[in-house]
Amino acid sequence: MNLDKTRHLPVVTSSPHVRSTDSVRSIMLDVLISLLPALLVGVFTFGPRALVLTVISVGSCLFFEWGFSRLVHKKNPIGDLSAAVTGVLLAFNLPVAVPLWMPVVGALFAIVIVKQLYGGIGKNIFNPALAARVFLFLAWSSAMTTWTLPRAVLPWFANVADAVTGATPMAILKEGSTSGLDLMAMLTGQTGGCIGETSALALLAGGVYLLIRRVITPRIPVAYLGTVALLSLLFPKTGSGLDWMLYELLGGGLMLGAIFMATDYTTSPSTIRGQWIFGVGCGVITIVIRYFGAYNEGVSFAILLMNAFVWMIDMAAKPRRYGLRRFARLREKFGAKHAGEREAQK
Amino acid sequence: MASKKYMRQFVSGIIDNNPTFVQLLGMCPTLATSTSLENAVGMGLAATAVLAASNVVISLLRKFIPQKIRIAAYVVIIASFVTVIDLLMQAYLPELSKSLGLYIPLIVVNCIILARAEAFASKNSVLPSFVDGLSMGVGFTLALSAISIVREILGNGTLYGISLFGSGFQPAAIMIMAPGGFLTLGLIIALVQKLRQRAEGKERRKS
Repeated sequence: MNLDKTRHLPVVTSSPHVRSTDSVRSIMLDVLISLLPALLVGVFTFGPRALVLTVISVGSCLFFEWGFSRLVHKKNPIGDLSAAVTGVLLAFNLPVAVPLWMPVVGALFAIVIVKQLYGGIGKNIFNPALAARVFLFLAWSSAMTTWTLPRAVLPWFANVADAVTGATPMAILKEGSTSGLDLMAMLTGQTGGCIGETSALALLAGGVYLLIRRVITPRIPVAYLGTVALLSLLFPKTGSGLDWMLYELLGGGLMLGAIFMATDYTTSPSTIRGQWIFGVGCGVITIVIRYFGAYNEGVSFAILLMNAFVWMIDMAAKPRRYGLRRFARLREKFGAKHAGEREAQK
Repeated sequence: MASKKYMRQFVSGIIDNNPTFVQLLGMCPTLATSTSLENAVGMGLAATAVLAASNVVISLLRKFIPQKIRIAAYVVIIASFVTVIDLLMQAYLPELSKSLGLYIPLIVVNCIILARAEAFASKNSVLPSFVDGLSMGVGFTLALSAISIVREILGNGTLYGISLFGSGFQPAAIMIMAPGGFLTLGLIIALVQKLRQRAEGKERRKS
């Protein structure tokens, strides 16, 4: 039974009464499970250092979540596992050769500044893991763009002194070339890139799991990936549109972003039409940055930019109330002075 | 007696009415020139000089300036002092003048100075106006220095140009970029508000 904890009374609400066993914890647990395949591929591709970074990132996210709540006398929220998800996603957004203190700084920024200072879970405007990634990227851009080759032997804990680096697929695509790219390697994650972003197949498997468990709806990923696919099909930089489209879809952090970051409940629209708009917006900005921007990859900036518009999108995409004409509210506001009255007379 | 009153007014301008952290005035120069302590102190002192001088002159002329064109009149007065300061800095502190660039001429439209002219100097006599200008200027300088200390240490690993940590320290470049300015400013404002609330709570309990 639903109990009001402060007064020890049952909560009485009006119908409909829908029962559900979902909780924040169960949903976050599902997300963690869905991230496992990508983690396994990441560790397989980049070695045990990838696992060390992930563990540090998750640990420090949980620590800062606990520590901040203690500092401001709030209930300890780490049992809901949302900080653990943030930790995994943050680690997935790091290159494997970064020094080990970097995920700690990222976790501090993600949890304390982006999440808790805005009020904690459900109240943050920006996706914490992505904002932290961008913070680290702008703060230490050379470490954040040092891409080691897959299977390079790296120390578990020590700083990486001289990494054997290679061009990522995104760098090659930025040049307007596709030479040296291998679709099979990009599907299975055997390319340079961040720990969790390289294998499209593992990420898609996680996405299918989330869809089956109904944790996410397909709207945002389909809109996002569809927009990127359409734009890259229509405007290939080289060769045939179809090839170019596949490379653009499988390269960089697109799959990770579209499936796991853009679908974050707190920072994406809750209206159905709004989710379509959000996805398309992410896709357009991603392609614009990839084609014309200074950076090779635009997924994190695209999602963060669209995060800022979520409130507006939700306002614009409010479903029509039963019995009202289309755009009744807008009509009331602009132009038609007596639209509201006319509605009432009908 | 009188000196005690001025002292209290001076301290209140620095703490309770700090132009940057409490009145949230002059955000543009605050964010732009707090990248290093040297810039911050230079900017703060230049603004203080203009503030004190323009407050005095505006206070002297407050009965002659017609209501309807007072803002234009204030701007003319402020602009003359800014020109003086700008030329002095170009002559004697060319390095600092170069690194502050446009932000020295922009003191003309600094809203701290206009706000104090409008809210204080145009209604008060010369000596309180001078104290007000001085205290606002010092408050602005201290606020800029506080922000710039955080930003310079984290973003450059130095303080007043002196290296603090040796070569092993990797500075976070974002802190001397615009986002670092906003982050530092926001966090310090939050801290100041918290301290003010605590102090107010204590006073209430006392009385």
